[in-house]
Amino acid sequence: MSNIALERITKRFGDVTALDNVSFAVDDGEFFVLLGPTGAGKTTTLRIIAGLEAQDAGTVSFDGQSLANVTPADRDVAFVFQQYSLYPTMTVYDNLAFPLRSPLRRLNESEIQARVHEAAEKLLITHLMDRKTANLSGGEMQRVSIGRAIVRHPRVFLMDEPLSNLDAKLRESLRVELQHLQKSAHSTTLFVTHDQIEALTMADRIGVLDEGRLVQVGTPDDIYDRPANTFVARLVGTPRINLLAAEPANGAIQIRDSQLKLPIPDRPLPPAFQVGVRPEDIAISPGGAFAGDVVLTEPLGVETIVHIGAGGATLLSLVPGMVPVHPGDAVRFDVAPDRLHLFDPSGSRL
Amino acid sequence: MATIELQQVEKRFGDFQAVKPMNLTIHDGEFVVLLGPSGCGKTTTLRMISGLESVTTGDIYLDGRQVTWLHPSDRDIAFVFQFFALYPHMTAGQNIAFPLQAEGASRDQVRQRVDEVVRLLRIDHLLEMRPNKLSGGDKQRVALARALVRRPAAFLMDEPLGALDAEFRESMRAEIKKLHLDQHATTVYVTHDQVEAMAMGDRIVIMSNAEIQQVGTPAEVYYDPTNLFVARFVGSPGMNLVSGRLAGDRVRLPAGNALPLPADQAGALADGLGRDADVVVGFRPESAAINEDGALQGTVYASEHHGAYTMLHVSLNEHDLVHIRSSRLGRYAIDAPVRFDLEPAMIRFFDPQSEKAVQGNAHP
Repeated sequence: MSNIALERITKRFGDVTALDNVSFAVDDGEFFVLLGPTGAGKTTTLRIIAGLEAQDAGTVSFDGQSLANVTPADRDVAFVFQQYSLYPTMTVYDNLAFPLRSPLRRLNESEIQARVHEAAEKLLITHLMDRKTANLSGGEMQRVSIGRAIVRHPRVFLMDEPLSNLDAKLRESLRVELQHLQKSAHSTTLFVTHDQIEALTMADRIGVLDEGRLVQVGTPDDIYDRPANTFVARLVGTPRINLLAAEPANGAIQIRDSQLKLPIPDRPLPPAFQVGVRPEDIAISPGGAFAGDVVLTEPLGVETIVHIGAGGATLLSLVPGMVPVHPGDAVRFDVAPDRLHLFDPSGSRL
Repeated sequence: MATIELQQVEKRFGDFQAVKPMNLTIHDGEFVVLLGPSGCGKTTTLRMISGLESVTTGDIYLDGRQVTWLHPSDRDIAFVFQFFALYPHMTAGQNIAFPLQAEGASRDQVRQRVDEVVRLLRIDHLLEMRPNKLSGGDKQRVALARALVRRPAAFLMDEPLGALDAEFRESMRAEIKKLHLDQHATTVYVTHDQVEAMAMGDRIVIMSNAEIQQVGTPAEVYYDPTNLFVARFVGSPGMNLVSGRLAGDRVRLPAGNALPLPADQAGALADGLGRDADVVVGFRPESAAINEDGALQGTVYASEHHGAYTMLHVSLNEHDLVHIRSSRLGRYAIDAPVRFDLEPAMIRFFDPQSEKAVQGNAHP
């Protein structure tokens, strides 16, 4: 397969800057996820790579060769959309074979058959081959869509929120299968989503887009453990990171508008900043250094979200299992001192 | 406030049975969630309680009062719909006051009640705004305020958070629950989202195929599902379910695996299912642990980073994939062989024929 490189891509629609000087590279065989809220510029990026949209500035290249003069048809990318876009009156087999029957490919039927069966086996849809796609469930249709991309053996896969229309259980299982498929075939994949769980779970690396700007590129560990700013910190992780205004005071971090003090890290601090603590880094324990009251509990089975009121602030703590604490209970808790995230007033990581 | 009682309540649309005869008692001040996939009958049940849908047979009692054939407006119940349903030409304040004015409340009463709910939901600053100027979360708060202002005997909520994005859903979920802790109004809440049901409900009523599958606290439905449907539906991912065969003091599992059983458990299972019977072994992803000397083995199919933890998907063979929740530091390559153990007290057994949980389950 191929690597993809975007250099200083800018795209404007009228007065709106959809992409602002965006550069990143997807390595050969890498699963790269572009993560961001609606309107961040994710789909525009995919469309520019596919050649469906022209950038105002910057270059896109595959394997070091600029695509400036390459038509969309000759770029050899396979696009998988959120909407399935299958031919409803054709069978699954014919839908899968369709891209291979293009006269430009000059493939004979036995070769087509071999490729279709190979893709169908990977996607566990061999039993559906004779069915019309109109009669398939959402999950089955999305499998066929992905299969239609696979049969082509393209240079790169571009996927635009392909799991978003599926229900939660189906999304979970297809997510796992897609990752297995990609890792087994080492296919270069650029996957776009607004769902932080999809990004963390599937990506080798994640690029975070905020209003057309690429604000961080890194492994899931980088993004989760060392978010570049408060936007990224809040975008990944459920429940969301606790983010509190703070200032240094007498060798401690004083949380603004509260009596809560946290241990100070060994480094210089500005007079005002924000401190972030992930909920799993707040542990309830009888000998904890801090005191608070339980405001609310949300038992999820595998873990419980405990809302703790402490010194005027409310903190979310994520505790394993179903914990026997109730609203109104006094609790003690600890905050992992080496897991504090500090951000300057503008939101950048300190 | 109010107790809601359903006795043999059934709904048919022509030949289609939307809700099979069901009994359910919702206690005064309780927050009960009706949970199930679309088409399971949960919304129809809610609509029958509200009176928006008539029952085909059976009786509904509100605080012991027969309300089965009362008009919705005479039941003293407030309905919060999935969509925001605010009047676009009125301000937020006018929207909130409207139900009281429609009932002919005095100007002072209206002002006093509106002040109360507005303080409770912290939306004072929104009162002069029209709905099209409000964010999704604020619209939902105004809709809630309008439902609260009447002090109804019970609240019925039909997927009120369904239209919100993930971030808002999480914070509104907590806000509705806090409100409930303050007010203790009897609440029946419909959702298809098991996370929402677990987080919010005092008890959860799980429905599928037009009937109740299980009624229980979040801990009961999570740890002790009564059947395979509930085991799969609750949890993310659901309970691992692996088909096996009882053989003396062990269960034979796919790919040559065998699960040793404590003697008393083996005995109880044999009593329930018979010797050499087929059995489904269930365990939650967090009740399995990777262990070099583990009794069970498989190969890594995929490994998912979740920030706070890693979810390892392990294939036993072509058909059986189990999910194991492990520390976030674990790193496993695809196709790597792994061994693991199950926490004995957390293993559940099901009869593959009836799909029901069987005796022999140890309780933590």
